Formats: sequence, C-alpha cells, structure tokens
Amino acid sequence: MKHFLLAASLIVSAPAAMACETVTIGDLTVEHAWSKATIGAGRPGVFYVGITNAGSADDALIGIATPAAGMPMLHETVVQDGIASMPHAMSIPVPAGQSVQLSPGGYHGMLMGLTTALKEGDSFPVTLIFEKAGEVTMNVDVLSLRAEGPDCADAGQ
Amino acid sequence: MLGVGAYRTRNRPALSEVLPLPIGEMSWALTDHRGQSVRPTDWARRPVMVFFGFTWCPDVCPTTLSDISLWLEELGADADRMIVALISVDPERDTPAVLADYVSSFDPRIIGLTGPADEVAKAAADFRVTYRRVDKDGGDYTMDHTAGVFLFHPDGRFASIIDFHEDRRFAVPKIRRTLS
Repeated sequence: MKHFLLAASLIVSAPAAMACETVTIGDLTVEHAWSKATIGAGRPGVFYVGITNAGSADDALIGIATPAAGMPMLHETVVQDGIASMPHAMSIPVPAGQSVQLSPGGYHGMLMGLTTALKEGDSFPVTLIFEKAGEVTMNVDVLSLRAEGPDCADAGQ
Repeated sequence: MLGVGAYRTRNRPALSEVLPLPIGEMSWALTDHRGQSVRPTDWARRPVMVFFGFTWCPDVCPTTLSDISLWLEELGADADRMIVALISVDPERDTPAVLADYVSSFDPRIIGLTGPADEVAKAAADFRVTYRRVDKDGGDYTMDHTAGVFLFHPDGRFASIIDFHEDRRFAVPKIRRTLS
C-alpha cells in the first residue's frame, strides 16, 4: 500500500514545459520519452524513447524501472510470416555512433502491473539502465491511446 | 480451428487454403461492442476492412488502430459505407463493454467484435488468421496473432492485405480500390 501511494503521488499532470525532455548520461542522449493512455490499470502500458550514442563504444539498454509499474520489461514486436509476437528483449543494442528508437511496431518497454491507469496528459518517471553508461531517470509523457508519437519541435521520428 | 478449415476445403475444392474466404462464404456469428449480433451476411454489398487483435496488446493493436483511424480520416466520407472491424482473439478478456471502451479512442467507424471462443476460432479460420495464447509468468498471458489488415470488395471478394510493416503510403490507395 505504501508503495502504491508513493507511485500514485509520482504520477502527476505535467506542465507543458516538462514535455519533450532530453537527458544525457555519458555519451548517450535520451529523448522523446512517451507512453499511451491505458484503459484501467489491468492492461499493460507501453514506453517509447529515442537513444543516441555519440561515443565510440557500443552500449546497450538492459532494463527499465518505474514506480508506475510493478513489472516493467523490454520487449520487441516481431512480425514473422504475418504473425505478430512480442518476445522479451534481454537487452537493446545502442551501437557507437548510432541512434536507436523504441517506437511503435519495434522495440518498446512493456509496463506490466501498472499501479494506476495512465491518463493522457500525465507524466511519470522511468529509469533507463544501460550496460556501460549506468542509470538515468527521465519523465515520460502520457499521450492518447491513438497517438503516433510526441509532438516535440525536434522530434525526428 | 484447423478442423474447420479442412472441412471447408474438402467440401469446396475451388477455395484457396491461404486466401481469406469471400465474406459471403463465411459462417461466424459474433457480437459487436454495442452488444448487437453481427453475421457475415450483415456485411453484404459493403466494402470491408478487418483487423484481428486484442485490447491487452500494448503495441501492435493500438498502432494499427491509430493507422486505420488516420486512413479513415484521409478517406473522409468516401469510407462511410465501409465496415471497419477489430475482431478480438482474446474473447476471454475482451467483452463487448471492454471493446466499447477501447474503440472509443479511435475513429468512430471502427467497431469491435467478440464472441464465444468457438465463433472467434471460426472467424479466424474463415479469414485464414492464426492466433495463439502465450502464457507468461504470474498467470498473465498475451496473444500472438496475424497482424495484417484484410480488405474486401463490396461483393465480398477478398481484395488485399495491408501488412503491418508495409509502407503506409500504399494503404490508402489499396483501401480506395475496394470503395468503388
């Protein structure tokens, strides 16, 4: 219960200035973190983000953590012979000098066990855990269920 | 599910085992998100667009329904006569009320269909769709399912599939070819 209250208090309606946040850790730039509204807390939420590695060494996203969900996991949507499946991704490579998108239809974070329903306009923190660069926390904007991406001035998706 | 397909193939040798049946040859009976019963004959003389999915699906399904909503907006009133349906492959969790909540986030022309497991299986067999329950830790489960969007002409003939990773620019022209 204590955990639930903490989580609920961390999910806040975001002022516009918080949207489209960019954070850096080492050579990594992480931006355009967004999620979609959910119907209730029973269904999993989703987490999308863009990561750019400006360094000369490969890195990898090996996990995510958030007070908004009891079991956040990395997944990849794979369509083979027309059939979509969503295997667990142990790690998502972030090669040197390249950008990686967690975006609809590909890699994504799956937020199982939501502590509360995600509502459009809310935001919640997610900590990204990188193999080499370490951990960085950023705010995730909750967009509508039918959103295709964040409306950031510099959104390059 | 396979049994239904085999039965049909045996009795109607002219039909393909790979392509969806014409709407008029289908035999399922489902319920829409408003609680109304829907049968393939209700779709006679209407262009049809169908996607199989489920509301617990966090990525593929909302992405596809967002795409479909954008296509419908681009087509405008031209698509008003089109039947646009999401058929749930997870009827255990997707009741009509759940589907009503879900489709309300998308273009109002999209309807949700669910029903008894055997009728969903019949629909999947008629559309040549595959789906499979994948159990996860902790008693939860997800569904693997055919992700393409099926298009049919007003006379019920199968027209084409819009694949999940297909270039989205080709989708609207494909749909338009079923509207005339």
